[in-house]
Amino acid sequence: MKSALLLRYAMRRVLGFIPTLFCIVTASFFIVRLTPGGPFDQEQALPAQVRANLDRLYGLDQPLGMQYLHYLGGLAHGDFGPSFKLRDFSVGELIAQGLPLSLTLGSAAVLLAILLGVPLGAAAALRRNTAADYGITTLLVLGIALPSFVTGPLFALVFGLYLHWLPVAGWEGGEPRYLVLPVLTLAIPVAAYVARITRGSLLEVLRANYVRTARARGLGDARVLWRHALRPALLPVVSYLGPATAYVVTGSLVVETVFGLPGTGRYLVQGAINRDYTLVMGMITVYGTLTLGLNLVTDIVYGWLDPTVRHE
Amino acid sequence: MSKATVRRGLWSDAWYRLRVNRAVLIAAGLLILVACIAICGPVLSPYADDTLDWQHLAMPPGWAASHWFGTDRLGRDLFVRTLHGVRISLLISVLASAVSLVIGVAWGSIAGYTGGRTDGWMMRFVDVLYSLPYLFIVIILTTVFERGSLTVLLVAIGAVGWLTTARIVRGQTLTLKRREFVEAARAAGLGTSGILFRHILPNLVGPVVIYATLTIPQMITFESFLSFLGLGVQEPLASLGSLINDGAQEMQSAPWMLLLPAGFLITLLVCFNLLGDGLRDALDPRDH
Repeated sequence: MKSALLLRYAMRRVLGFIPTLFCIVTASFFIVRLTPGGPFDQEQALPAQVRANLDRLYGLDQPLGMQYLHYLGGLAHGDFGPSFKLRDFSVGELIAQGLPLSLTLGSAAVLLAILLGVPLGAAAALRRNTAADYGITTLLVLGIALPSFVTGPLFALVFGLYLHWLPVAGWEGGEPRYLVLPVLTLAIPVAAYVARITRGSLLEVLRANYVRTARARGLGDARVLWRHALRPALLPVVSYLGPATAYVVTGSLVVETVFGLPGTGRYLVQGAINRDYTLVMGMITVYGTLTLGLNLVTDIVYGWLDPTVRHE
Repeated sequence: MSKATVRRGLWSDAWYRLRVNRAVLIAAGLLILVACIAICGPVLSPYADDTLDWQHLAMPPGWAASHWFGTDRLGRDLFVRTLHGVRISLLISVLASAVSLVIGVAWGSIAGYTGGRTDGWMMRFVDVLYSLPYLFIVIILTTVFERGSLTVLLVAIGAVGWLTTARIVRGQTLTLKRREFVEAARAAGLGTSGILFRHILPNLVGPVVIYATLTIPQMITFESFLSFLGLGVQEPLASLGSLINDGAQEMQSAPWMLLLPAGFLITLLVCFNLLGDGLRDALDPRDH
């Protein structure tokens, strides 16, 4: 019974995922294509013949509807098309080159954020209104307020240039120490959010009647926390993980730029600056799938943890 | 209950709580100070934001030659450029907050008050946009339109910022529309728009004010972030984000180029956040 409900809930979520992704791909295709200015607009105008050949080579001379169908057909085969600006590469190759690093960076950051954030938030909640609580909450305000494009360069300056503890930037064959500062930069705001959410929801749960009952039955603090309070208190943290992945995806653009890492994030920015249609659309498709997919996983995990959600 | 407590309304109560909150007072004072410096400061300097001083390239901060914050690689005065950056950041963030507030309040209150299928579709739309990294939308918009135009930047940032406002406003409207005074107004024959404008919207002012204060630092971050990536404010104009990007590339030889704009940005963000948190605590007495 329980698993059947959960399965139905999961199916409904999966069915919602596909049309959303389709909408994103379609909308980004038409918005990007309907713009004035194209990838071959340069300061010096190309001769008409060259221009026409280029357009034919990349299929830009066909009607928009045909281009769209062609693009969708390619996507179905995992073909993102050629990059307009980085001539020697297809968009698929560029993504395949950078994605492993970006995924490592992102997942390490989310993991670190949870490992830092949950204990910090729980500690603050358990020591409510003490100096420790105030200290932690102040730190959290800073962690949330400061964006990664400020903390990243400052970390590089302090830990890299002044203290010489860690490399400032680069990616020499993938040594882990090159990842320390980027992961830290990316993780801090997420960790601060996780801690703030944990603190708030744990405080609420600790006031609940069943926790008081558990205390009245003579259970110690640690046992009340582990057996009764922590699991419901972590539900809001789980539901935050969806937005957190979106945040990490955005943050990775900055972090990859600041620390000179060869991930996929910089392609999105480069593509936008160069009006490289296929590159921008390919990146949006990949990142859209990634964020929507992780939101989906979050939703399903949430439904598994909180039975009331399945019955909506 | 004594007479004094009965007389105190929501707003005077909130004002009292705000006045005794020391963090809020310091934050507000600092913000006013920074705003004053940003408005008046550049007048004091003999340089304009795009004057190239070839005698003093990449000079550290000091009193010499009136380059109080030093100069960048091209000899442009960083005091003037940083303060112009503060101005642009403040201007764009306040305007973008206003844009997002108007859209968010309209969207949320209509969805919440109408209810039913309309509400479902309107909020589904918000959910879809929410699940995307906001940067996609902004990047698409800046790819499509002319880069560097402040209007496009403003619309792009404001267009993304209204989502949370819409959600909050919808939630509030849902509770408000079931209250007795709304029912009484409907029974008295007031139409939908009358109820929305006369009864629902005035009651939304509190949460909206809080959220607006918390939106401003987000907008400052958006704007600086885009300018940092080179998609926002374009040369020769400066924004705190583009200055930080310049500074990050020169930090080995000229750390002040990074530290000064970063310091201003951090001050703005922390102060606005403290102010917003203080306002929330003051207007939402549940936590007390």
